[in-house]
Amino acid sequence: MTIVARFEIELTRYLDADGAALGELPAFASNRETLVELYRWMVLARTFDQKAIALQRTGRLGTYASSLGQEGVSVGLAHAMRPEDVLLPSFREHGAQLLRGVTPKELLQYWGGDERGSNFAVPRQDFPVCIPVGSHAPHAAGAALAFKLRGEPRAAVAVFGDGATSKGDVYEAMNVAGAWQLPIVFVATNNQWAISVPRNAQTAAATLAQKAIGAGLEGRQVDGNDVIAVRQVIGEALDKARSGGSATLIEALTYRLADHTTADDASRYRDDDEVAKHWKQEPVARLRSHLTTAHSWSKAEEEALIEACAAQVEQATDAYLAEPPEPPEAMFDHLYAELPSALAAQRDAALAETPE
Amino acid sequence: MTTSSESTQAAAQAVECTLVEGVNLALARALQDDPTVVILGEDVGIDGGVFRATQSLIGRFDESRVRDTPLSEALIGGLPIGLAAMGLRPVAEIQFMGFIYPVIDQLVNHASRMRTRTRGRLSCPLVIRAPYGGGVHAPEHHSESMEAMFTHIPGIRVVIPSSPAKAYGLLLAAIRDPDPVVFLEPKRIYRAVRETVVDDGRALALDHCFVTREGSDVTLIGWGAALSEVMDAAETLATDGVEAEVIDVATLKLLDFETIAASVEKTGRCVIVHEAPVSGGFGAEIAARLAGAGLVNLLAPIERVAGWDTIMPLPRLEDRYMPSAGRVVAAARRVMEYS
Repeated sequence: MTIVARFEIELTRYLDADGAALGELPAFASNRETLVELYRWMVLARTFDQKAIALQRTGRLGTYASSLGQEGVSVGLAHAMRPEDVLLPSFREHGAQLLRGVTPKELLQYWGGDERGSNFAVPRQDFPVCIPVGSHAPHAAGAALAFKLRGEPRAAVAVFGDGATSKGDVYEAMNVAGAWQLPIVFVATNNQWAISVPRNAQTAAATLAQKAIGAGLEGRQVDGNDVIAVRQVIGEALDKARSGGSATLIEALTYRLADHTTADDASRYRDDDEVAKHWKQEPVARLRSHLTTAHSWSKAEEEALIEACAAQVEQATDAYLAEPPEPPEAMFDHLYAELPSALAAQRDAALAETPE
Repeated sequence: MTTSSESTQAAAQAVECTLVEGVNLALARALQDDPTVVILGEDVGIDGGVFRATQSLIGRFDESRVRDTPLSEALIGGLPIGLAAMGLRPVAEIQFMGFIYPVIDQLVNHASRMRTRTRGRLSCPLVIRAPYGGGVHAPEHHSESMEAMFTHIPGIRVVIPSSPAKAYGLLLAAIRDPDPVVFLEPKRIYRAVRETVVDDGRALALDHCFVTREGSDVTLIGWGAALSEVMDAAETLATDGVEAEVIDVATLKLLDFETIAASVEKTGRCVIVHEAPVSGGFGAEIAARLAGAGLVNLLAPIERVAGWDTIMPLPRLEDRYMPSAGRVVAAARRVMEYS
């Protein structure tokens, strides 16, 4: 017998659950300002999340997918990206979208049922969130091919969950990324649950990262609750992608502390004990603890930051609630580049109707 | 992207060609004229496509622009969305319509709605080409006509040529269109006839039916390969003194209903013909529109001659499934005799 292939999957982690450095940190992580920036985005994401849930509970927002507990992945990956890179987010990457420049008001508009929320002023070329799980992975391949054909040093970052790695779309995208050496970073945010189906029922594979191996890509794991590790590992994968070194699949280990969405009740299928255990691993407290011990982050700074994030989200909420819906012709006027004459009569009929 | 070997403008040239050669001519013209056009699909490169629609494009154009994909239909549906949203003009080939169904997910959930859901920030100027239809004694899954599945998707166009010149002009229009187009090629007539196509880069309109025969007694409506049977039927009817007007719908979505309604208003009688199963076929949409149009001159019930509501049979029963010219003639006679 001859062994023709072997593989190893590397896990990267810099901070333990209490925020203590396990060894030497990456260079950027010695910079207090950078760490505070990462922390600020995570706190903003969490503040936004709390507000969104409150708005949904009071009938002022549609069904909403919380990112509670996953802020480290979202913020870390977006922080590693350049403005000219392109993000293809799943529906739980609010932190990444915020950092990329999507405003809290725009996010509320989208989740509040207004298409204008995906017409963000910045970043103009990022994709809107993808709801049909994993079906956006092939789009990343297309975007990356566009960059490659034009010789642009840009990368596409496709983010999806653990459930998505069971889908053919994700494999087909990874496979072509390998075959064509495309500049992509695939991020599998493994939050352990695909609605009610746990990670171990999703696949017999020991890691999700190893699904890269079959497509000829590098696969890595990172502690997704360690934003420093996420920032570093995604940064390395992006550098590799932009310099012609092909795609990487990064499995970010984290935990969905919230229900799947506001329409879900996770107590139907998982134990409180499990959730409590994961609260001790979560990314925001971890970095705060690191900042406090290693960079003398003060109580006053903490309070000021929380206040600033709350004010920003409140302001966005007011602006969102004050915005009237679009007129009904919007249904027709963005369907094609120009309104086809075949639709003119329907458009007129829709406008002539009086709302009941 | 390399364009050095492609920069010389080809002079307008008249070519005697088949429908599939018309497709090839349009693809070459698009690659020539627009550096953002990219061809992709299974076996479209060195092999030139299983029907040779992309023959010799590699060699004339940089191979980065004529790309063999992995055997990966969800990818062939999804990858063009990323390309198009980033400013390129992908033209993707699905080898046979039987393999197109993963693409429907991408069309319904993404390509068709990208412009709407981003309020125009991103769009999907892409073309999905696929040969379709029966009559060539192909293996299982190679002969269905599922065009109605696509006409039900808002935000896209569905185009079906029925001649070499229409293949050329409509495909160029599809590639230049700023929105997604499903371009279905009737493979039974890929090589059925030759006609002169002027390779002048001129596109046809994407929202106009063609009146391919004028007549005042009955309107026969069809598209794609079935138009051959429709034209044959019209000639047979003419020997009886019945002059049929024939309409090639060609652009099923968006539909030029005015041309159809004007013809039926004139003739008062109508037979709609398609290979696809009759129930829920696109003929039902045309019939419903005609019924709702309140034509004062409608003299007979609208007839549909179509495939049966059965699974498309394998080749030995194929002829019993396909709507024949005889069936069209019989239906036309029924509507002529109705009083």
